[in-house]
Amino acid sequence: MGELHWASATELARSLETNEVSSVEITQSLIDRAAAIEGELQAYLLPTADRALTDAAAADERRAAGKSLSPYDGIPLAYKDLFVTKGITSTSGSKILAGYVPPYDATVVARCSEAGLPLLGKLNMDEFAMGSSGENSGYQITKNPWDFERVPGGSSAGSAALVAAGGAPWSWGTDTGGSIRQPAALCGVVGVKPTYGLVSRYGMIAFASSLDQAGPLTRSVRDAAALLQIAAGHDPMDSTSIDQGAPDLLTGIDGGIAGMRIGLVKEFSTEGTDPGVRTRIEEAYTRLEKLGASLEEVSLPSFEYGISAYYLIAPAECSANLARYDGVRYGLRSDGEDIIKMTSRTRAEGFGTEVKRRIMLGTYALSAGYYDAYYGKAQKVRTLMIRDLANAYSKVDLIACPTSPTTAFKFGEKTADPLSMYLSDIFTVPVNLAGNAGISVPCGLSPDDGLPVGLQLIAKALDERTMFRAAYAFEQDLGFASSDEGRPKL
Amino acid sequence: MGLDRKAVDHVARLARLDLSDAERDRMQAELTNILEHAERIQALDLDGVEPTSHAVPITNAMRPDEVKASLTQVDALANAPAAEDGRFRVPRIIEDAG
Repeated sequence: MGELHWASATELARSLETNEVSSVEITQSLIDRAAAIEGELQAYLLPTADRALTDAAAADERRAAGKSLSPYDGIPLAYKDLFVTKGITSTSGSKILAGYVPPYDATVVARCSEAGLPLLGKLNMDEFAMGSSGENSGYQITKNPWDFERVPGGSSAGSAALVAAGGAPWSWGTDTGGSIRQPAALCGVVGVKPTYGLVSRYGMIAFASSLDQAGPLTRSVRDAAALLQIAAGHDPMDSTSIDQGAPDLLTGIDGGIAGMRIGLVKEFSTEGTDPGVRTRIEEAYTRLEKLGASLEEVSLPSFEYGISAYYLIAPAECSANLARYDGVRYGLRSDGEDIIKMTSRTRAEGFGTEVKRRIMLGTYALSAGYYDAYYGKAQKVRTLMIRDLANAYSKVDLIACPTSPTTAFKFGEKTADPLSMYLSDIFTVPVNLAGNAGISVPCGLSPDDGLPVGLQLIAKALDERTMFRAAYAFEQDLGFASSDEGRPKL
Repeated sequence: MGLDRKAVDHVARLARLDLSDAERDRMQAELTNILEHAERIQALDLDGVEPTSHAVPITNAMRPDEVKASLTQVDALANAPAAEDGRFRVPRIIEDAG
């Protein structure tokens, strides 16, 4: 094995199994890597190196005693700061939660601990997961490891940047409208938004509850399936968790895609998509065909209304969820002579601009006199989108499209115009609205700017196996992720 | 449909956000712009379409009603900005009688 910090979790599991390396050595190599890159990268809000090394030593002891908890026991990971971690500050990137120390672990965290994964730390993000660039963090700006003048994407900014930079083999992010897939595409890594309800939301600090879903960011498709499998499956603590056992996502992942039917969306016009992105995506379609898939055009006429519906539904849900930050039970509190003034000042001081904007938008969309025209209509558009997708799946197994219309953009480029930032989610929000599964897999570097481009594959609810099989076949044939070209030079 | 300043003030009050005048000005312009984009859905014929609040058809997930350990009072109050006598402390809500 070459440098430890570039190894995949699958490779590390094999090396642990044959005693070529210890968990403490792996963990130390990732801590050293972070020390070398974090000055510029700024992916971590809170590194927990001592905790990681303690966890790693325990994993090594278990292995020596033949009592490993899982094949991945001892392979470290890091979490977006939106997952609550018992006894470890969790802020969701917001100043209003500065210093908040949760009394419990999120189910995702608990399940990864039960599998023996050492905790490297908590990662930066757009505040409360609202953003597509990482620039809305209440704390710091994470950079894109491919170009420090560009955004890593968002909102799972730190999760994508750290994995892309060789700081961890895998991490957890969350995706409400593209917040895993878009940063994965912009940083050149794999990112998965699982079917809504596959992974428990218990202990995920809520943004938009009917859309939020946790998922893995990794440098290989197989690692993504492995990490998802560790946390997937029913959880009685989440009433929207799908009542079935964890799926087997690894068996048959290398089965190839001969005979698979893949849909290309007629309405996803090439207008507004970078020419360099288009070039790589069209090559990707050709490659899928070469690998034995048949390509078919599918029509999803409601999709052009996806952004409009999303930016009414998500803010509406956010305005309700964020009502809990009232300065009483946790988080920041400002002075005020009565409770309304205290709460209003606390929220004005604790929330950043984008969060305030979405709370205002959502409160307006839900307010008397506007509810039917905005929120009610958006929910009906959601129904149309689900119908359109159901029609498409009667013809095809998967849908392919770009993950993001552009490669990584420069800091400040879209912050002055919120709407232009929202439009970067155009290919990703329909998947959340319909509760489907989606993956972004690297498909090379744009010939225009040398930055990564992501191919998105969308599967119907609970058909992750087909999605992973196609993504794996594509990744293996392209060979980009495992090549030198697939790693940023930093 | 544009948002006038009165509407911005009203929504800020509903949302419990003590925004500055400058923030209100900016919010008015930005929300108007975003809502104009959202207006596109008004053009759709949505008569007879059922709304979807949730993509997964799960209703009333039930579990046995059993007594289990929950947070202790100390844990529940550990993150409180102000606590007193085992309770969350807030500014006075109830007026003095008489």
